[in-house]
Amino acid sequence: MTDTTGSVGVTASVPGIALAFEQVSVRYPGRTQRALDNVSVLASPGRMTAVVGPNGSGKSTLVRTLLRRAALEQGVVRIGAAPLSSLDAREVARLVAIVPQREEPVLPLRVDEFVALGRHARRSAFGGMSADDRDAVQSALERAGVADAVGRRTDTLSGGEWQRVRIARALAQATPVIVLDEPTTFLDIAHEMAVFELLDTIAQQGQTVLMVSHQLNLVARFASHIVLLHRGTVAAAGDAATIMRGEILERVYDWPLVVTRDPAVGALALLPLRGRGRRGS
Amino acid sequence: MPAVIGGLLLIVVVIAGLSIGAVPIAAGDVVAALRGFGDASTVAIVRDLRAPRVLLAALVGAGLACSGGALQGTLRNPLAEPYLLGVSGGAAVGAVLAMALGIMQPTLVTASAFVGAAMATVVVTGIARAVGGSTDTKLLLMAGVVVGAFANAAILVALADAPPERLRGALFWMMGSAADATWAAVGRCAAALLLLGGALIWRARDLDVLALGDEPAAALGVDVDRASRRLFLVASWLAAATVAAAGLIGFIGLVVPNLARALGARQHRSMLLLSALYGAVLLVAADLLARTLRAPADLPLGAVTALVGVPFFLVRLRRFVA
Repeated sequence: MTDTTGSVGVTASVPGIALAFEQVSVRYPGRTQRALDNVSVLASPGRMTAVVGPNGSGKSTLVRTLLRRAALEQGVVRIGAAPLSSLDAREVARLVAIVPQREEPVLPLRVDEFVALGRHARRSAFGGMSADDRDAVQSALERAGVADAVGRRTDTLSGGEWQRVRIARALAQATPVIVLDEPTTFLDIAHEMAVFELLDTIAQQGQTVLMVSHQLNLVARFASHIVLLHRGTVAAAGDAATIMRGEILERVYDWPLVVTRDPAVGALALLPLRGRGRRGS
Repeated sequence: MPAVIGGLLLIVVVIAGLSIGAVPIAAGDVVAALRGFGDASTVAIVRDLRAPRVLLAALVGAGLACSGGALQGTLRNPLAEPYLLGVSGGAAVGAVLAMALGIMQPTLVTASAFVGAAMATVVVTGIARAVGGSTDTKLLLMAGVVVGAFANAAILVALADAPPERLRGALFWMMGSAADATWAAVGRCAAALLLLGGALIWRARDLDVLALGDEPAAALGVDVDRASRRLFLVASWLAAATVAAAGLIGFIGLVVPNLARALGARQHRSMLLLSALYGAVLLVAADLLARTLRAPADLPLGAVTALVGVPFFLVRLRRFVA
């Protein structure tokens, strides 16, 4: 277990721009309840913004609006100054790199070929890779700490390698904004920490990082702005101290819990309690 | 390297296809006859009978393999192919209906085959959507097999009162054959392959991206619905052109792209090019088997490819499910 910290020092970062969801509402066809109801999230350059919340709270729907897999009923999504609706898919992919939640290598590629697909929106249909493309791919592989995996096929990677290779593809897009939907699901502690450290580095280098996550305790330590979603609405937004409060989290997650400050690390940490039956609900 | 071997194999099977037959012709004489030298009957056999048949088999094989490769990428399923998706069946119904209505002009028959293929595509995706929502590939294949069976039944019904010589035509449509190849058919098929196969190869990186899945493809800047629809239509049209030229031939579109991947072609551009090459090799070889295995009988070409393709499908299915 080496190379878990990503690699700091390779800077091919792009200056960030803001990604803003402004009073966004989404209703999926055939549903009466809105998946998102008047939700505003601002992800600013140079910091990590996190969206947290229980299953079904609308976290992934937020990402799906960027992919245009969920249509806005109200509100506007802005990338920098430009409304999402004024951009086509290619233009969006040059501004925002997205790592979707799930992805299976059904028709496997070699890692370098896979990461090079991050350049798709910048390449013509037929031409080869430009020097810029090659530099971006190489730098992305190095920043994500997977440069030594270039010759391998995507279906031979471990879960942690696969996640970092997918992040490398997003870095190769060389966009001001990077959005990740639960990038550490299924990862063990070391790989999970490696991904958080990598995203922290990316944010510090100036890019705008927006992450959807279930890992409240890690989010509290890494993200400078946190938005807590509950049934499609914003239950709370702010820094870790604002979000990590027992009464809010208990209500949103509908489970008894305590928030403590870890004496060794100094971080706020959530601890779900056992014995729900005794406390009733 | 696989491309070089494929090229050599193609030369070998083409020369074998031109020299083997009721009248055996030595390979040297074949080459001479192609250039117009040698005795008149040899030249006629090679240039008018065997060459169009061999070339048509090569073009149809290349077209089916390209179509299958593109469908597999678009649907993200290594078991997709025009025959199993009902696309070929729809094309055959379109062609048979046109001829039943007295339309014999080959371009119109091809156009009708395409309309049939497009309608089968709409029906297959419609069934899949109605049953399971959106684009579940297992449902698509199941719906495709059902529509294909329906297409075969429709052809039989349409040709039920046809004169006996037309019944041979029914067999031609349902099991495929290159026996009636003409230079005109070769020309039409070559044009379709250049145009439609070329379009698929031109947009091959879109296929690479679509093969990642809807959400990753959207994230990389592809308008997923529009791009998949277009590529699906072009691949269907290519399959329809092969059906209009040589009837229903299954499993080439399934086996060959998987073979190309096994030979190391991962990205769609190289995979489609290699598929076209090996598709040509395989179908020329299959056609050679079709007319020599039980000579003087001419076996349906689709029967030969199914004999090879079905066991392959079962093995691949096992791996895909596991």
